[in-house]
Amino acid sequence: MKLTRRNVLGLSVGAAAFTIAGIQARPASAATEATQKSIMDFTGGAEPAAGKVSLTAPEIAENGNTVPVTVSVDSAMEGDDLVASIVVFADGNPNPAVATFHFSEMSGAALATTRIRLAKTQDVIAVAKMKDGSVFMDKKQVKVTIGGCGG
Amino acid sequence: MASKPRIKVPKSASAGEVITIKTLISHEMESGQRKDKEGNPIPRRIINKFTCAFEGATVFECDLDPAISANPYFEFNAKVAQSGTFKFTWVDDDGSVYEAEAPIEVK
Repeated sequence: MKLTRRNVLGLSVGAAAFTIAGIQARPASAATEATQKSIMDFTGGAEPAAGKVSLTAPEIAENGNTVPVTVSVDSAMEGDDLVASIVVFADGNPNPAVATFHFSEMSGAALATTRIRLAKTQDVIAVAKMKDGSVFMDKKQVKVTIGGCGG
Repeated sequence: MASKPRIKVPKSASAGEVITIKTLISHEMESGQRKDKEGNPIPRRIINKFTCAFEGATVFECDLDPAISANPYFEFNAKVAQSGTFKFTWVDDDGSVYEAEAPIEVK
């Protein structure tokens, strides 16, 4: 194909249409396949329910190298109402796994804060597994101004 | 490479009180994603495990992945029934183990 003015125009319109379709085709709640697979590995195939676990992260992170993130679960941390572990994923990182926190009865509260790296604007996902095997999930989008994975 | 970890544990607490513990250790947490000036990938070197135990019983544990920032910082809770010592352990990819202790008095 010769690169004429008409062709270039047609191509760019096509590309734009494709981009829009691509954005629409991906539902806002969908996690990437790799993340989805990691979540399933962690939950043992169970679909996590919403609620109980909460993820706190800044809406806009100026520096993706250190983004403070807090995960907590509404739990008495006694007897059967115990959080076994919480895993954090960053959907848009080269490697979505971020950290896995393990709690015990001596934890007192299921809460952990750390600082994470985010490569770009993306969803951060927290999945909590209770002692009885039930799983819960929370998600938050963080806008990243400067990515934090080097390159 | 890792310097002395910094730990914040309350000096005293009442039995059954939920206390907050903060820890910070200096470590580059080389992710393995970066490249040096010649374009060769810099090998991954991170702390991959952090543990907090009280008198031998595990209180809090964390498996770290390269997405944890340099100088890993943790804040978490603990509940203790009697006086004792918290022991903190960081495990490096190269096998080195960094340790620290902090006592607490329960009234």
